[in-house]
Amino acid sequence: MNNKPAESTEHPLLEVRNIVKEFPGVRALDGVRLRLNTGEVCALLGENGAGKSTLVKILTGVYQQTAGEILMDGRPLSLHSAQEAWSAGITAIHQETIMFGELSVAENIFMGHHLTGRFGMVDWKTMYARTEELLSRLGIEDFASNTPLKELSVAQRHLVEVAKALSHDTRILIMDEPTASLSQKEVDELFVIVRKLRDEGKAILFISHRFNDIFAISDNFVVFRDGAFAGEGVLKETSEDELVRMMAGRRVEHAHHDRSTVSEESMLQVDQLNHATEFKDISFTLRRGEILGFYGLVGSGRSELMHAIFGLTKPVSGEMHLEGDPFSPETPEDAIIRGLAYVPEDRQHCGAILNMSIRDNITLPSLTSITGGLKLNKGKENEFARRYASKLKVKAHSLQQLVGTLSGGNQQKVVIGKWLGAEPKVIILDEPTKGIDVGAKAMVHNFINELVESDLSVIIVSSELPEVMGLTDRIVVMREGLTRATLPTADTTQEDIVALAMGLK
Amino acid sequence: MSAPTSLLRSREGQLIFFTAIFYFAVGIASPSFLSLQTLDAIITDSAILMIMASAQMMVILTRGIDLTVAANIALSGMVGALIGMHWPNTPLTAIIGASVLTGLSLGLLNAVFIALFGIPSIVVSLGAMTIYRGMIFVLSSGQWVNAQEMPVSFTVFPLDRLVGLSNLALIGIIISILAVLAMRYTRFGRELYAIGGNPEATDYVGINTRARLFTVYTLTGGLAGLCGYLWVARFAIAYTEIALGFELLTVAACVIGGVGIAGGTGTVLGAVLGALFLSMLQNALPVMGISPFWQLAVSGLAILAAVIVNSRGQRQKGMQILRVAH
Repeated sequence: MNNKPAESTEHPLLEVRNIVKEFPGVRALDGVRLRLNTGEVCALLGENGAGKSTLVKILTGVYQQTAGEILMDGRPLSLHSAQEAWSAGITAIHQETIMFGELSVAENIFMGHHLTGRFGMVDWKTMYARTEELLSRLGIEDFASNTPLKELSVAQRHLVEVAKALSHDTRILIMDEPTASLSQKEVDELFVIVRKLRDEGKAILFISHRFNDIFAISDNFVVFRDGAFAGEGVLKETSEDELVRMMAGRRVEHAHHDRSTVSEESMLQVDQLNHATEFKDISFTLRRGEILGFYGLVGSGRSELMHAIFGLTKPVSGEMHLEGDPFSPETPEDAIIRGLAYVPEDRQHCGAILNMSIRDNITLPSLTSITGGLKLNKGKENEFARRYASKLKVKAHSLQQLVGTLSGGNQQKVVIGKWLGAEPKVIILDEPTKGIDVGAKAMVHNFINELVESDLSVIIVSSELPEVMGLTDRIVVMREGLTRATLPTADTTQEDIVALAMGLK
Repeated sequence: MSAPTSLLRSREGQLIFFTAIFYFAVGIASPSFLSLQTLDAIITDSAILMIMASAQMMVILTRGIDLTVAANIALSGMVGALIGMHWPNTPLTAIIGASVLTGLSLGLLNAVFIALFGIPSIVVSLGAMTIYRGMIFVLSSGQWVNAQEMPVSFTVFPLDRLVGLSNLALIGIIISILAVLAMRYTRFGRELYAIGGNPEATDYVGINTRARLFTVYTLTGGLAGLCGYLWVARFAIAYTEIALGFELLTVAACVIGGVGIAGGTGTVLGAVLGALFLSMLQNALPVMGISPFWQLAVSGLAILAAVIVNSRGQRQKGMQILRVAH
């Protein structure tokens, strides 16, 4: 393993030493370290749940560490609030843009440190002027200081966050997944700004999952795994494979397994499905016992298509057939009755009811069949929930535990378990492993493989290429609301799929 | 966009326009309505609602609601009236001070439960408003305090005139202006917008949400205390059921004024204009010979109409993702 520390006899600008962060029942960080020098971009890598975001929150004063120290120019630093981190010169652009949609660009930049003039009154004039200055320094022309934030695109919001960081005279800029939802053109534009800041002598901690972006922008790297330090070094001297090995602790195999369950029989057939704005001319066939993957960039219309199939929205034209019979669900209830299940992407909002117990979540869609009558039957409910929870290996101390207190991976298992209880024929999984750790991910993958063996047909919508490649039998690639290709997974390369999804092919 | 059109696009502009049309329409039907006296009466009548709508606006802005304002007014007013009755020589400022202090401490009580313990404001204030009403009965033994039992200075002050306008109207206007300035030009006010707009994000910019909410509910209580004195003195009577249902009128003024019930949007000016509109409605209907029972229905319709307009304004344009590839 590459454990070579960055060469420097002087103090680095920022040094993080053996930081431990404990939450009730969980140790999120277990002695991580990190060094950051002026004028460098350092990439911080790690799987979901490796503790990157927790460290960011500690460095920005949102959380306080349980043990360990943070040194700036060799002097210890204690950060108890966002203001303290700012005055120390540390600012962060967070993963979800943390901003106020109803307020103007200027106010978003100065929220928490409004400029005040006479009598402590907010000095709007100076704030707008300073904002215009910051925007022109970043070369931004397509929005102004008084534009309401809600009118900006995701990429533009990132630029506002960069401007916000600059408004603090920041020395260290932390960027947590800034490129995750940007197009390549927008990423390039962002990188021009990042390089400019680096050349001005700022230190940048760059957190990303996208190797292309990491290699394009970073000088050094640090890898975390399961809340612990896993390696560091100079980026030029390493390779993608080596980084992946450090992140995962083992080489990730994308081996494709042949499945014997796929039959030629059509399970769900979609013909020329059109939606007013989100997608058009969608045709595909899901075969019995098959796992069909839907790959595409964010905004390519995949989820919207699934919503239409599940009866959440109405397509304007087109036909669907389920097991050969016409199928046009008016509501999700229709779709469920016909044997469809949909596990939505946004687990927190659409999937699980967080303040209900595991048992109540799992039995919810199946209550009628469990009880039959008016009165609920606790015993049957418990038995039913236990069967599905243990099938999924949900980690919890009891079935009464509230779903909100489980880890992301376990929440996802409960959500899937909930829909299996309803015994569907077709299950649609929208980003089934988004935001869960490597171990839980493998468990969910195994489980999906078991699903098709028990005579289910599965549609997976995923933005993770290894997942699509490793799991599916065929892949439908979508871009800008259209299906670009339907490819058998075994005869396809990752490069082909990415090229199709990005419109390069 | 030119200034007049942008004014008409804002809720405040629409309300001013609509209120003016309404005013003159009623005036055509019964010309006495257009007199200065009527205008004076409308402003005086709406003063208390203007003050409490401004306060309620702050609360709603932070995704809360304070249903205790009416009970607070009644209790604080009763405290003032009882002091005036038992110790007629107490200076007026001391009586007003006692009312404000009563209101402030009731607001503080709300603040402890809502801001510190994090209990939903609707639950806390629903419980508290009943308790406060009960306390009035306990304090007064269910008796009324009449005009004759109050000191003359006590009852004269609200309708006394200093510079043309009644003191009551003046206080209402001054507090409204202060509230407009506070919400627009102080960090405190701007941070309330942030708290209502995206509460999860406030930690990241170092806003102490609890402290802000604490101030909001305490301040609302204090203003209710002041209005308690004004109400009792103006109508020269204090009893248990004073201002019954008034809390909903303050919420209505906010909603009509375009304050988003989900928090984070709206202006004090909107809430104040909403209050003026409601008061004008209440003054106009009797002039037009419409029974007071219909007044409630008409007010209700105005609120519903405002809610529908609010929700339509928030609807986003359909997302367009089928764009031309570049």
